[in-house]
Amino acid sequence: MNIFETLLNGLSMGSTYAMIALGYTMVYGIAKMLNFAHGDVIMVGGYMIFLTMASVGNPILGLAIAVVFCMLLGITIEKVAYKPLRGASPLAVLITAIGVSYLLQSTAQMIFGSAPKMVIVADLGNVMLGSIKLPVYTLVTLGCSFAIMIALSLFVKYTKIGRAMIAVSEDKGAAQLMGINVNGIITITFAIGSALAAFAGFFMLLKSPSLTNTLGAMPGIKAFTAAVIGGIGSIPGAMLGGILMGVVEAISLTIPAIAPYTDAIEFSILIIILLVRPSGILGKKRREKV
Amino acid sequence: MALLEVKDLEVYYGVINALKGISFEVNEGEIVTLIGANGAGKTTTMQSVIGLIPARHGSVIYDGHDITKMPCHKIVHLGMSQVPEGRRVFQELTVYENLMMGAYSQGKKANFKEDIDSIYERFPRLAERRNQIAGTLSGGEQQMLAMGRALMSHPKLLMLDEPSMGLSPLLVDQVFEIIKDINKDGTTILLVEQNAGKSLAISDRAYVLETGSIVLSGTGAELAASDKVKKAYLGG
Repeated sequence: MNIFETLLNGLSMGSTYAMIALGYTMVYGIAKMLNFAHGDVIMVGGYMIFLTMASVGNPILGLAIAVVFCMLLGITIEKVAYKPLRGASPLAVLITAIGVSYLLQSTAQMIFGSAPKMVIVADLGNVMLGSIKLPVYTLVTLGCSFAIMIALSLFVKYTKIGRAMIAVSEDKGAAQLMGINVNGIITITFAIGSALAAFAGFFMLLKSPSLTNTLGAMPGIKAFTAAVIGGIGSIPGAMLGGILMGVVEAISLTIPAIAPYTDAIEFSILIIILLVRPSGILGKKRREKV
Repeated sequence: MALLEVKDLEVYYGVINALKGISFEVNEGEIVTLIGANGAGKTTTMQSVIGLIPARHGSVIYDGHDITKMPCHKIVHLGMSQVPEGRRVFQELTVYENLMMGAYSQGKKANFKEDIDSIYERFPRLAERRNQIAGTLSGGEQQMLAMGRALMSHPKLLMLDEPSMGLSPLLVDQVFEIIKDINKDGTTILLVEQNAGKSLAISDRAYVLETGSIVLSGTGAELAASDKVKKAYLGG
């Protein structure tokens, strides 16, 4: 395999991880909790695309339905499962999140069964660039996720709600004193994170059409790892961590001697980074405020 | 009529009774000070009035609204503003962006440009540093920023929690001058201070808080002359 193809493949995989990692990192930054059910929102989005494809057959409509459904799901999860635990011990919240994760996986299995569903979203074929053969889906994934990430960065930096998100992530009490509705900002954060997860689900099905109730489990964990590598709570960090993860994965998969150990290699990056920089590549050391 | 009327306010942290039913009022145009030692409940009072800490009993009436159970962000929209203890400016945002956050409760645009210019006029130091990250400002500058930020919402009642804490004597004088100025321009002030001498000197009325109860009240001059206050808070 050509090095250029490998790199492109890695970037496209990485940008999918980055989309998921953004959900983890934004929720952590604002609600100070790890939403381990985040990966499974991807899977729910996948089933929404499956249902739309099976009935209407329009992938764009499928994506739109998945985005809206996942946003509502994310908001509901936060209201029902996490909001009552505001101020509870982090361990209680973490266990609840794991519980929500199993609840989503099991519900999907009850409804759709455990046999994989084939979801052919679209066959985009390949383009030739000189002698290099590029699958179009990688270009689509890369282009769309970069556009989304740029839009998100601009949203956070230049809109009133975006700035309120920064304020809440830095100091909840002071943010309230500015007149910011912290619960409202948390709701918006969950909605944005879940919408990004739906996009990630779409890109994953574009790459490989097999859909099961654990679709989001492994990518979820890898994206979480990517978010920690980049510096949990940092938006550029999640993007960087995700891309890094994808590129390492793609390179590792093309070298036969180490290909079977790809997952292990990816997770060891985390250990190495945390040894050298405990707050992640772009993470800031923050004084805990009393 | 009182702008702020606090009646029998009780606050608990778990089983600890931090405020044991305090009552006080702030009339429009006044500077009112709560003085007291560390742990007397001054900050608790401030945070409870503005809705950051829930009250167990009692009531808080502000500008004709019962705000006892109202969440903080709604109270701020009613025109109450607070400079919290320890300033708590947004460390990662610039001076300008911090002031922008202060105007969060104001409607679209409003007179943002004019408002920010008037803040820069009151605090020339902030104008010089408008694009600097707030975390890199000195303590005094951060206090100015916290005050400027609180003023961006055009408060009717401005609450200041220990604004002189950790500042050099020169800056302390400057802060009290600014508070007097803000009051002269028509903003009612509720002040919490450990620096009893300076705060009583600028106050119309004051209350003395001791372990969660109000033990004395009177005009600023009366309290400054009282033996009890002299002994406990004015160093003889």
